[in-house]
Amino acid sequence: MFGLGYPLLEIGINQLTFPGPANGSLVRQDGRIVGSRLIEQRFRGGRWFHGRPSAVHMDPRSSGASNLGPLSRRLARHLAMRRNRLLAHHPTLAGQRLPADMITSSGSGLDPDITPANAYLQARWVARKRGLPLASVRRLVARHERRPWLGLFGQARVNVLALNLGLQRLANHNRDDGMGH
Amino acid sequence: MSANAFWQIAIELLLAGAISVPFGRYLAHVFQEQKTLFDPVLNPVDRLIYRLIGRDAVKEGMDWKGYAVHMLLTNLLMGLLIYVILSFQAHLPWNPLKFPDVQPFLAFNTAASFVTNTNWQNYGGESTLSLFSQMAAITFPMFISAATGLVMAIAFFRALTPNRDKGPILGNFYHDFVRVLTRVFLLPCLFITPILVWQGSPETLTGMVTSHLIQGGVQHIPLGPVADLEVIKHLGTNGGGFFNANSAHPFENPTPLSNVIETLLMMVGPMALVVAFGRIVGNPKLARVIYTVMASMLVVAVFTAVIAEQRGTPLLAHAGLMQHASAGQMGGNMVGKEVRFGITQSALFDTVSTASATGAVNSMLDSYTPAGGMVSLVQMMLNCVFGGQGVGMLNFLMYGIFAVFIAGLMVGRTPEFLGKKIEKREIVLASLALLVHPLIILVPTAWSLMAPYGVSSLGNAGSHGLSEVLYAFTSAAANNGSAFAGLNGDTPWYNVALAVVILVGRYASIIFMLALGGSLAAKPRVLETVGTLKTDTALFGGFWFATIIVVGALTFFPGLVLGPIAEFYAHHASIGAIR
Repeated sequence: MFGLGYPLLEIGINQLTFPGPANGSLVRQDGRIVGSRLIEQRFRGGRWFHGRPSAVHMDPRSSGASNLGPLSRRLARHLAMRRNRLLAHHPTLAGQRLPADMITSSGSGLDPDITPANAYLQARWVARKRGLPLASVRRLVARHERRPWLGLFGQARVNVLALNLGLQRLANHNRDDGMGH
Repeated sequence: MSANAFWQIAIELLLAGAISVPFGRYLAHVFQEQKTLFDPVLNPVDRLIYRLIGRDAVKEGMDWKGYAVHMLLTNLLMGLLIYVILSFQAHLPWNPLKFPDVQPFLAFNTAASFVTNTNWQNYGGESTLSLFSQMAAITFPMFISAATGLVMAIAFFRALTPNRDKGPILGNFYHDFVRVLTRVFLLPCLFITPILVWQGSPETLTGMVTSHLIQGGVQHIPLGPVADLEVIKHLGTNGGGFFNANSAHPFENPTPLSNVIETLLMMVGPMALVVAFGRIVGNPKLARVIYTVMASMLVVAVFTAVIAEQRGTPLLAHAGLMQHASAGQMGGNMVGKEVRFGITQSALFDTVSTASATGAVNSMLDSYTPAGGMVSLVQMMLNCVFGGQGVGMLNFLMYGIFAVFIAGLMVGRTPEFLGKKIEKREIVLASLALLVHPLIILVPTAWSLMAPYGVSSLGNAGSHGLSEVLYAFTSAAANNGSAFAGLNGDTPWYNVALAVVILVGRYASIIFMLALGGSLAAKPRVLETVGTLKTDTALFGGFWFATIIVVGALTFFPGLVLGPIAEFYAHHASIGAIR
């Protein structure tokens, strides 16, 4: 009753009432599953927004964190490495402080969100790389920004997968417009 | 601390307090066999279960020994069931990812851990367990172990009830057990699970989906019946996650709303039990004193942790990260924390979780600042800042019996607690119940640190490594399950040593406490006179608090100095070095 009855009953009820989230909040594009909006996936290159670093290579089959202590030398090395990689691509960041989530790895290794500050910072080079007006990319970020619950609990955040899918649509739209002229 | 952080904490704690009062009354109703709103639905369910157990078995009155024996038998059976299911999961249904049988050492550790409400996990759920195991060997024991803790506390309370006419009889274990399972745990679970699913927690029998990523490549995403496990995990102060990352995993805890719900679920049970205590022993004023002392400790702990995490670390500042909250980012120590929770919801969740002996984490304690991590460690050492289902309250009462005894000696009065004389037998039993705890923490910690097979599991060097081991055994002894997860616990030594500590920590102390209850139950009630030392006053509350701190500090201070306190000063020395 408690071991099987309760879970099976809940599966039955929730599959009917909340089929989307009950099956992992999957996102489909042209009928194909392209990810879950709750699970981080890797984006590479300057044309996409990047999620947070992951201690488990964003593999949902083994979620987890680095578990490095607050004084750990390895943690210091990881942070320096990530910062230097970022600076190599975007030298204008030199001497600038980064948002707290940008080069720190998350608790689950699958954090689907970044902070708005992180997203706006990335918007600068994403817009440039894609030849999109910065203002429209910033508007895109603003549209995807989710406020804390009731304006108080938790943190303002931007879902990276949703943002990138929006970016893709924005880019396609601009290209179509361009071809029309 | 910012106003935002303050209000998040204040509102959540006050909300938990507000829920705990009616919930506590409901608990008292359930145990005093009074009518509740849900009887028309649940009575037939109870009767069905009673028929399965055998009607005579649920009627017989039990003294403390009977109660203890039946509790041990039920738990032993449950433990064996978990062990068997895990060891044969490859041959059982609902194993879509074809996981092999769990190895004996790990299966033993997991069985010991889940049957005792500890939920220490030396495995990652998504990479080890079949869906059948998750339901039958993880979710099921979460109900059983939480109910066990709660009925033990209730049996103890009954020994202190005024106007008892039953002599040493404390009640019937099976009768209480079934009522707790259906009325206290199953009922809320049924209603809260859909809320978590609505927020994004999966609830399915599909084991895994494969997605074809935007930039090419594939990602295999494990799914399963997550949401139902999540509710009892928190409500029963269990803490074991479906996934390795526990409540940091977006499927276990998808949004700030789900985080608030899970935080409240962890707190309300242990808080409500204090209220129920007041009603059952007929002294609400004493319950208020206890509640105030516990709540003050929790408030101090939460604020310390949140402030420490928000201040960040010199290492992060040196790496060029923003350490102060500003527009669009939270600052602070975000290593091992999730963006949707930020600093406040992370530190609040983990602190409440170690206070209530749940042990769930939504952010990784191993990466907390020294002060932030020490808060959790200290709460587990005291093990009575509300504490786990039932046992936290019992621990607190053990300290109370000590306090009464010491205060009695100081003012030259016969120590009494709720009209019962506290004599040699009671003091011996209370001391044993309390001394087991440091013994099974400090001895194995020292052993592990001297043995090569103990040290090789460390995930971090120096005093932080010592903290990892100290934390592991404290967590096991307190039946908490929270971890400095950098320590690799899946070795023969840690699997067995932790399992033994878990079992002794659970059953030895419960049996001493029940024996104490039995001894109090058999005593006549002495009339309260002007000479009686009053326990339900603010003054005695302060003395009670001091007793807890002095006993706890004297026992554990050396360990804390070598671990987190040393790290704290090293941390501050490094601020100087960087400047």
